Amino acid sequence: MDKPTFERSAGISAPGTEGTGDPPALSAPAVEIRQLNFWYGSFQALFDIDLEIRRGRITSLIGPSGCGKTTLLRSINRIADRLGYVRTTGSIRVLGQNILDPSVEPVQLRKQVGMVFQRPNPLPLSIRDNVLFAHRIHRGKEAVGRSEEDAIVEAALRKVLLWDSVKDRLHQKALGLTLEEQQKLCIARLLPVKPSVILMDEPCSALDPAGTEAVEELMWELRGEYTILIVTHNMAQARRASEETVFMLMGRVVEHGPTQELFLTPRHRATADYIEGRYG
Amino acid sequence: MFEATPLNRRNARVELVVKLLFLLMTVVLVLPVLTILSILLVKGTPALSWEFLTTMPEKGMTAGGILPPLLGTVWLVAGSVVATVPLGVAAAIYLSEYAPDNWFTRIINLAIVNLAGVPSIVHALFGLGAFVLFFGFGTSILAASLTLGVMNLPVVIVATREALQSVPRAFREACWSLGATRWQTIREVVLPNSFSGILTGVILTVSRAAGETAPIMFTGAVFYSPFLPQGIFDETMAMALHLFVIATQVPGVPEAVPFAVALVLITMVLAMNALAIALRVHLRGKKKW
Repeated sequence: MDKPTFERSAGISAPGTEGTGDPPALSAPAVEIRQLNFWYGSFQALFDIDLEIRRGRITSLIGPSGCGKTTLLRSINRIADRLGYVRTTGSIRVLGQNILDPSVEPVQLRKQVGMVFQRPNPLPLSIRDNVLFAHRIHRGKEAVGRSEEDAIVEAALRKVLLWDSVKDRLHQKALGLTLEEQQKLCIARLLPVKPSVILMDEPCSALDPAGTEAVEELMWELRGEYTILIVTHNMAQARRASEETVFMLMGRVVEHGPTQELFLTPRHRATADYIEGRYG
Repeated sequence: MFEATPLNRRNARVELVVKLLFLLMTVVLVLPVLTILSILLVKGTPALSWEFLTTMPEKGMTAGGILPPLLGTVWLVAGSVVATVPLGVAAAIYLSEYAPDNWFTRIINLAIVNLAGVPSIVHALFGLGAFVLFFGFGTSILAASLTLGVMNLPVVIVATREALQSVPRAFREACWSLGATRWQTIREVVLPNSFSGILTGVILTVSRAAGETAPIMFTGAVFYSPFLPQGIFDETMAMALHLFVIATQVPGVPEAVPFAVALVLITMVLAMNALAIALRVHLRGKKKW
């Protein structure tokens, strides 16, 4: 059977960066944030954020509660828009295009920028329908054969290392799976629409150590093909499961660098104190 | 060391008295229901028969059956459901899923609460003014159904809104983050999972519509009609009004007949309520959160 693979589509990338997706593109950041300020009503949550997230890498966002890391994450797929009372200035370029521009269609953005939540949130549908949900939404009325859908489901579930354990019960409710399996399914359902960036908001905080390890393994598996940005409270996780780390404090980016470097030789006092557990 | 002190013993006595008092109150609560049902059963059953349900009334309603009011009530209830459900569910979806929290939404919510508090006789006069006279439907099944429908709107809206809001927010966020629009989210996830709650609300309005007398008295129900209604612009007899008529307005009705009519009416209502509960339990059991 001809199995589809999830090579990245051109999507909303700027002219010149699409195509092969090979080394020249690697130098261009997947997400480029410039002078981003963010308000919930009159409360400012983010101040002058400047940040470049490298393509194909795993970048972790760390910092104490309330430092704005989740807000930053949620502004990259504009899911915070639905709250209705948020305001932003500055720019967030995803694959070269400013997603805060009024001409950007959030639906297209969310196709390119997938999100995994803190608590696994598979939809109350079957496992198969969960994997196909986004695909069906984005393809509209275009008819797709059952065998083609089967291939999509299999490829996505294989990619997240879930196929073998669920292949005989694809029509059962996804909510009957273990939390670890649910979270893997939540990652799998992003893949059929070929996102470029996957945002993860503390994806392991509801999982036991075995589940955490499995999801971290999966992140390494997806690395390269997808740019992964993960918010975590768990510094050990940031250290073992990410290549770059961003440390945030009080709505600002304090330090950003290769993970080993940031943990071994932090440049700022605040970073050093935080990773040593003096506060937070 | 651990023996009961006099204070402990006194507290235990108070505890017992309080418990018995509450038990008594609960029994008192159930008593009227049981009494009504048993009186209806004892006095009404002798008059019940298949003929009673399926034949026309005779001799100035002192003999014969109750087919016209029985069918009339079914007509009226069906009409009110058809009128209310699309409107009420749509309004509830707007209020729950789309409406921003502003003064306009708050006024609408206030209006719904107040509509629920309007006495049914006022709904009747509204129906007379609006549907019978202004829209020119005359006293008809249509006008009476719409009047019942307006009366039931707040019930449907509130029940639907609660059902929609019982769907966890996490599902909505999951859908949005995958690029689904609000309507896709509602259609694919929210509505299928709130269906049982909406259905319960609808069925409750059915039982309420079946039992109401005032709203239909001026708008479409008649004391007596020798014919079955031929369409929605005809007047009809109805169970609740028929019961009132034969119990108070017509001399010479055998004693068992009003009880039998009441028994049929209450059976219809209770059956609908039981159906609502059964559906709710059944569909609840399938949920996994």
